[in-house]
Amino acid sequence: MKVAAVQRILGRVAAVVTLLLIRATCADVLPDDRADLFYSKYSGGGMDITGESAAVNKKFTENIAAQVNYFVDHVSGASIDVLSQASQIRDERIQKSGTLEFVHDKTTYTASYTGSVERDYRSDTASIAMKQDMFGDLTTLSMAFANSVDKVGENNGTAFVPLITWLGHAQSRSYDIDWSQILTKNLIAGVNFNVITDNGYLANPYRSIRYLDPGTPKGYSLGSQVYPDTRTSTAIQGELKYFLPYRAAITGSFRYFRDTWSIVGKTFEVDYTHPISNVWILEGRFRYYTQNHADFYSDLFQYADEYRFEGRDQDLAAQDNYTIGAKATYAFLPNGWKMFKRATVTFDASRITFHYKDFTDIKDYGLPQYQPGSEPLYQFNATVYQIYMSMFF
Amino acid sequence: MRGLRPVLLAAIVLMTAACSNMQPWVKPYERDKLADPIMAWDRDAISSGYLDHIREAREGSRGATGSAGGGCGCN
Repeated sequence: MKVAAVQRILGRVAAVVTLLLIRATCADVLPDDRADLFYSKYSGGGMDITGESAAVNKKFTENIAAQVNYFVDHVSGASIDVLSQASQIRDERIQKSGTLEFVHDKTTYTASYTGSVERDYRSDTASIAMKQDMFGDLTTLSMAFANSVDKVGENNGTAFVPLITWLGHAQSRSYDIDWSQILTKNLIAGVNFNVITDNGYLANPYRSIRYLDPGTPKGYSLGSQVYPDTRTSTAIQGELKYFLPYRAAITGSFRYFRDTWSIVGKTFEVDYTHPISNVWILEGRFRYYTQNHADFYSDLFQYADEYRFEGRDQDLAAQDNYTIGAKATYAFLPNGWKMFKRATVTFDASRITFHYKDFTDIKDYGLPQYQPGSEPLYQFNATVYQIYMSMFF
Repeated sequence: MRGLRPVLLAAIVLMTAACSNMQPWVKPYERDKLADPIMAWDRDAISSGYLDHIREAREGSRGATGSAGGGCGCN
């Protein structure tokens, strides 16, 4: 599927649908005003990432609302790739976003901007979206378009004295169509469809390929990854949510993904939500993900420059992973306090187990213990904690 | 490209039918359970966006989850 053809046809469809949406009639409601404070901690694979965020969602009139979000990630440690070839890292990512929402009858229009800055990576994303309720509000159809421009660099200095070399730009365009449908008094269904096209510098500069090199102590050497400079991916997700005979909900979803790098990914997820009176909402979830490797991926190439495109990024390897997660939300201030009508605090914990099927663990074992290619397959566990407070006003 | 056409066609048909007088088979007064907060697709957008960002940095798949983030997650 050619990128230009996809963009041209999707652009025409978006224009037609925009005109149709504008003439739609009936009335939608903007969400309540709220402020959120968020803290997260990710630990796994040699990495520690903490994140803090603040977000405010404010209605100015019954038709216009704005959201702002400030997010900071602090990264320390180093993944398996970095351990096998470079020094540890310490970095910070700051992401700022702003969104404007406008409601006209049954249509909600959204425009947003997100800027993300790291020492060696910058990303700017602009997006527009439309949401339309129809068929007596049984159906909600949304369309979104996002355009991202990224500047990709590499730190050739140290964690504390960086020396950034800018390698190039990458552009990404994302097209979404989401459909939510009330099926019965207890059952809703959703279908999410997404196409993303990328072009430019798409490789990760901190990851390397390796190839057999019998003259070296380890029997292999490392080299630069060379990725194709275009990628188009398609993903479709179907989900069902059912209100059980007692007050609880169960959700099941399946996502199918494929791209022009020959990656096919499948995601299965189930989620159970159980409130206790109007004070607690408890949630448990299980997620399973599996994918095959990209067509230019290899854990060990036979010699330098064996192929035109070569990658050994663990994201491109065949893998599966399991996530078990739990979330508890506690509602407080039921009678309000000062300007706030009510508030909630949420604690969320996830445990993810990653198994790679053709990506080996080549971190430094000291003396060579393994023949190249016979190293153990890499696997690791990660934990993700999130705590956040939401105040509604 | 052919795979996209049925989806886009369905979207256009649904949009053009938006203002018809079709009667809902689930009446508004029958939607109390669907209006319960536990039936929301995504109660916490910041949290789910953060989890999506973690996954997209470690998996080959992306998209169709209803949220997005910036940055590379390179290391």
